[in-house]
Amino acid sequence: MILQCAVLFSFLALGELVVWLTGIPIPSSIIGMLLLTAALKMKIVRVFWVDKVADFLLKNLGFFFVPAGVGLMNCLGLLSDQWLPIVGSCVISTFLVIAVTGWVHQYVRRAASSHRHELYRE
Amino acid sequence: MCAAQHLHIVMNFIENKFFLIALTFVVYLASQLLQKRTGISFLNPILLTIIVLICILLGCGVDYESYAEGGQYIEFWLKPAVVALGVPLYRQLESIRKQLLPILAAELAGCVIGTVSVVVVAKLLGATSDVVISLAPKSVTTPIAMEIASTLGGIPALTAAVVVCTGIFGGIAGFKMMKLSHVKSPIAQGLSMGTAAHAVGTSVAMESGYRYGAFSSLGLTLNGLFTALLTPFILSALGYTL
Repeated sequence: MILQCAVLFSFLALGELVVWLTGIPIPSSIIGMLLLTAALKMKIVRVFWVDKVADFLLKNLGFFFVPAGVGLMNCLGLLSDQWLPIVGSCVISTFLVIAVTGWVHQYVRRAASSHRHELYRE
Repeated sequence: MCAAQHLHIVMNFIENKFFLIALTFVVYLASQLLQKRTGISFLNPILLTIIVLICILLGCGVDYESYAEGGQYIEFWLKPAVVALGVPLYRQLESIRKQLLPILAAELAGCVIGTVSVVVVAKLLGATSDVVISLAPKSVTTPIAMEIASTLGGIPALTAAVVVCTGIFGGIAGFKMMKLSHVKSPIAQGLSMGTAAHAVGTSVAMESGYRYGAFSSLGLTLNGLFTALLTPFILSALGYTL
């Protein structure tokens, strides 16, 4: 477990370092994630060094969002004044994102593979 | 001591951070059990826990700042958990490489449609401009969204709450929406989930299978990056001075 946490937190710290050095407006955790993926790919880090802590955290990912959600109690006034635009826009937009992301992926994938087939034919 | 003093001491104890952490675990556990017993996806444990906790805190007169004394130790794990998403991502690198173009196109489209639609609809329904800016990054994971909201002049607390609620909504209704809109391939479904409902959606996708989870984490990453980079331009194109 110590090895697992050492690896995971080292990559988070690396992410923090990158943000601190460059000042880019991307969260350190996202940079740490990308660096971890790269290190695994380049075999600097072995999957079995981090997979246990990673699986544990990812299985319980939802739980870590609870405190931010409880923060809703600080916005109750704003929410009761503007609940319709807030709820309405989020519901409609979420549906659109799900549909459009899925459609574009399916469409481009199909188009790309039929294009490849045509190349083979020629 | 009289009863009023007893009550006062009990009320003070509720603000104890270890008590608040324990309370969060217990309520979440109970919510999970309730969902398992009833099998109703609408009874999402995250949503239920948030509602129950807010009711308890408001009922006992505890403010959010006191809750956050304990809550910050739970929220702390969000960052290492996002780093941990690198593992499923690594395991799917091969299929990502094969589909780089469809994935990038889908993410770009999802990011733009997500930001534009939430801004336009919120504006049409009469939201004030600080609320509109707070809503713009609603599909991306909390740390990115709050960063965007605070740099662009939104209300970070509102953004955090809206992000979590969007994630829960996407997690609950996402697969039904995909059925409605004929999004069928597992990769497209995973991507859509992560793009629309970030890490909360990913935790739901993870339950459907590791592959869904991996593509969902790819979706949340790419949408996070695109949203961080594009939101300022999209907002100013829609007439918001930042």
